[in-house]
Amino acid sequence: MNFFNLLRIALRALQRNKLRAFLTMLGIIIGVASVIAMVAIGQGSKQSIQQQLSGMGSNMIIIRPNSNISAGARLDATSVQTLTLDDVKALQKQAAHLSAVTPLASAKGQAIYGNNNWPTTIQGVNPEYLDSIRQWPLQDGIEFTDRDVQSQNKVCLLGQTVITNLFPNGENPVGKYIRFGKVPLLVIGTLTAKGESAFGQDQDDVILSPFTTVQRRILSTIYLQNIYASAIDENSTTAATDEISQILRTSHRLKPTDEDDFAVRTMQELINTFSSTSQLLTVLLAVISGISLLVGGIGIMNIMYVSVTERTKEIGLRMSIGARGIDILLQFLTEAILISITGGIIGVILGITSAKLVTVFLSWPTLVTEYSILLSFLVCFITGVFFGYYPAQKASRLDPIEALRYE
Amino acid sequence: MSNQKILELKDIKREFRMGSEIVRALKGVTFDVAAGEFITIMGSSGSGKTTLLNTLGCLDKPTEGTYLLDGVDVRKLGRNELARLRNHKIGFVFQAYNLLPRTSALENVELPLLYNQTISAKERKDRAVAALEAVNLGDRLDHTPNQLSGGQQQRVAIARALVNEPVMILADEATGNLDSRSSYSIMALFQELNAKGKTIVFVTHEPDIASFSSRTIMLRDGRVMKDSANENRKSAKEVLAALPQTEDY
Repeated sequence: MNFFNLLRIALRALQRNKLRAFLTMLGIIIGVASVIAMVAIGQGSKQSIQQQLSGMGSNMIIIRPNSNISAGARLDATSVQTLTLDDVKALQKQAAHLSAVTPLASAKGQAIYGNNNWPTTIQGVNPEYLDSIRQWPLQDGIEFTDRDVQSQNKVCLLGQTVITNLFPNGENPVGKYIRFGKVPLLVIGTLTAKGESAFGQDQDDVILSPFTTVQRRILSTIYLQNIYASAIDENSTTAATDEISQILRTSHRLKPTDEDDFAVRTMQELINTFSSTSQLLTVLLAVISGISLLVGGIGIMNIMYVSVTERTKEIGLRMSIGARGIDILLQFLTEAILISITGGIIGVILGITSAKLVTVFLSWPTLVTEYSILLSFLVCFITGVFFGYYPAQKASRLDPIEALRYE
Repeated sequence: MSNQKILELKDIKREFRMGSEIVRALKGVTFDVAAGEFITIMGSSGSGKTTLLNTLGCLDKPTEGTYLLDGVDVRKLGRNELARLRNHKIGFVFQAYNLLPRTSALENVELPLLYNQTISAKERKDRAVAALEAVNLGDRLDHTPNQLSGGQQQRVAIARALVNEPVMILADEATGNLDSRSSYSIMALFQELNAKGKTIVFVTHEPDIASFSSRTIMLRDGRVMKDSANENRKSAKEVLAALPQTEDY
């Protein structure tokens, strides 16, 4: 019997018992819908956690000069000056796993406005630092641009802690001139509050300026304290680290036997925490989806057994007019799969809808992934085959004489 | 043509094991049926009628003896081959019609052809329509069994038995559930089919029905007691016409 005929017969049989078929489907529908919705909620919160972690800089990579040996003595890292703008350019040009690279020149000093002063740090960066590496939005004003970097313009952005201490009366700092040491800087924007870092540092106690301004006008040096970079995502951090090492070793012309004269640091701890959390979530959801589909599958099996018993006479008739065991088996198997697949389709639709409703009414972030839809579909099919097989086999092994006489 | 043997039974024995006892339902049945015959098999309950019917219908295999259906030795076949044989060579008509509920007459008649892969969807439909027209139900194609009378349902079942062009129609008490008027009408149909050359084997316990056939085989205790041609075969059509008209109101 060909596939089309099988489908026809199965559809007819289900049509004869619409309500029962629907109720059987309901188990699968609820199972699949809840899996889709839960995975969507899980993925949504995972994504929002991921965004928050990225905001904290989970995919940030910090490159520092390493201790160097000068005349037999190992020198302190801060006194070593090995990173230059050429390294930044090399990284920007060659690194495939990095989404952004910025030089970082920093200086400690006193910031002064009117009667107020505050000891803080000025960090010289390029415009990518805010957008791509730290994902740090402005509260007010504008960011500095590449043109400001090129012309070493004396402009700056203030962190919230600096604003609180220099402008205690709630003045708007944008457009005001402050001094950092002896250098006057025009405040062109303010940063949003970022709070403490994972290591307890106040991230808002900072002034940001074009790195050329800090390098030339404040520090008077051609070296950089740090290079900050951002990996494309958390997963490629390790690959990015290796890549950076390779590029910098080449650009520093180090022999294979030489030690690195730089150090690459990542936020590995943050990443580890994050990945273990999301793994836990995934396992939990897999278990829940497994249980709900198991229940749905048992429902199918139950109804298929009832159906086989109830239609014993029909089976006998079909056998007497020439149906082979395999024909009967395939017929009932097709019915079971049809129930589970149809239930799966309705379940997917319902799941997506309820995920959207959750977003609209509870404003939880949700994300429906193709992978979860595909997976639940596959599981539905397997459920249909697995739980449909035994009742179908029972039907196919009936003796036609007994079956025909069955009342 | 009329000499061609459709059924050849030689010393058919069938034993069932019921616990420690062995029940011998058929104790050596021998007869032939030629093409175009209309035979009735009669016997009281316990005579082995049902077992013989199951054997003739290839639903069951004899323990001993040979059974040739259209030249094929049934005893040598497996389950699937028997199913194929039933599909190609036998048309069943049951006492309780055995139509699929909530399924149109047309689809019920198409059923045997669904299990024959060589037949296309179009041919299947054409043949089902033709079979229903042959039993005078050409205007009831889309009716479901519960919209049809008992006689009409049995006609659908006969159409279903005809649709695969079997060498033999095997009817099991086909008139048992019908009133006499419908019974005669069904018998008239069988006689009509027989006149067109169909071989019919009819199992019944009503002597009245047997009188419409060309030959009667009487069974008793698993043996053929009497095998005789009917001298004065009645025409079901005439009997039907002779019945007093009931008034419709």
